[in-house]
Amino acid sequence: MSYQEVLNREFLETRWLILQLAAALDRLDRAGAPKEGDERIDQLRKALNVLNDHEAERAERVQLIFSREYDPNWRD
Amino acid sequence: MRYIDPHIHMVSRTTDDYRRMAKAGCVAISEPAFWAGFDRSSVDGFRDYFRHLTEFEAKRAATYGIQHFTWICINAKEAENVELAREVIKIIPEFLDNPSVLGIGEIGLNKNTPNEVTVFREQVELALEYDELILIHTPHLEDKYQGTRMILDILSEYPKINPERVCIDHVEEHTIKLALDAGYWVGMTLYPVSKCTPARAADMIERYGTERIMVNSAADWGPSDPLAVPEFILEMRRRGHKEEDIARVVYENPIKFFSGSRRWKPSPALSANLEV
Repeated sequence: MSYQEVLNREFLETRWLILQLAAALDRLDRAGAPKEGDERIDQLRKALNVLNDHEAERAERVQLIFSREYDPNWRD
Repeated sequence: MRYIDPHIHMVSRTTDDYRRMAKAGCVAISEPAFWAGFDRSSVDGFRDYFRHLTEFEAKRAATYGIQHFTWICINAKEAENVELAREVIKIIPEFLDNPSVLGIGEIGLNKNTPNEVTVFREQVELALEYDELILIHTPHLEDKYQGTRMILDILSEYPKINPERVCIDHVEEHTIKLALDAGYWVGMTLYPVSKCTPARAADMIERYGTERIMVNSAADWGPSDPLAVPEFILEMRRRGHKEEDIARVVYENPIKFFSGSRRWKPSPALSANLEV
């Protein structure tokens, strides 16, 4: 499919997804800031930054933000 | 389009689901042994479950023209009790002569604990001893990347393993390449929230091609859709993919992987017009 075809197909759904995201973040704001930091909020912020950059493999990079780090010496 | 769901837990589903799957084109399924939502208390609980998988489900599926295959193991979630796990591993060979059993699965890791690693290794060794196919569960969410890397590390310890006889299941964007590059089959699980959507699975097909890739619903007692594979077929069609490429993923690839089992015997309906 061409760029234009993909955009035509995906635009409304992507718009809907962004609105869902915006509304969820508004909900969090209305609930007030937590007394202590929450790692999950940092993960969300990092993931949002990935969405807004122009590099490839965004889905893979977002997955890694929400993943525990791999330790190659896990057997020790 | 005819399709195979290579990973679905029908013990948790209704007969109506079999009917709807058959109407949607499902001709065969494979059902790995898994966690039932609670920890079983004895080896006899597992024996009954394995009998359910190898005796009862095949009959229920056949009522709708669906051929039922299964996999036997102790799952990662119940592997934390190593003593019980070892008792269960001892009875697994009782079921390996059943014609519906494709191999050992779904073994793997859940929280990536040392006990899970122990039980995973022992079941890999059992599969090698009996020359069985292996189906591997990878962990959920934040544990998936670490667990998948650990699983690949462990498999690399066994030079006798032929990667073409192993499927690494539940891969996503950050784990699919690791498994494919190591030569393994992979499964993409289509879940409403916690795993892949049909659209993201189609993205990965576009990114990595159709070789050694399967898609499944892994439908069970939790939020899941037994018709997820037809949703993937629809998504691929909407993007203009060729019917032959879609069929390769949802029909020919499962048959190619399953045919590595010495007990693999497709029904005439399943093998009709098949060229793999």
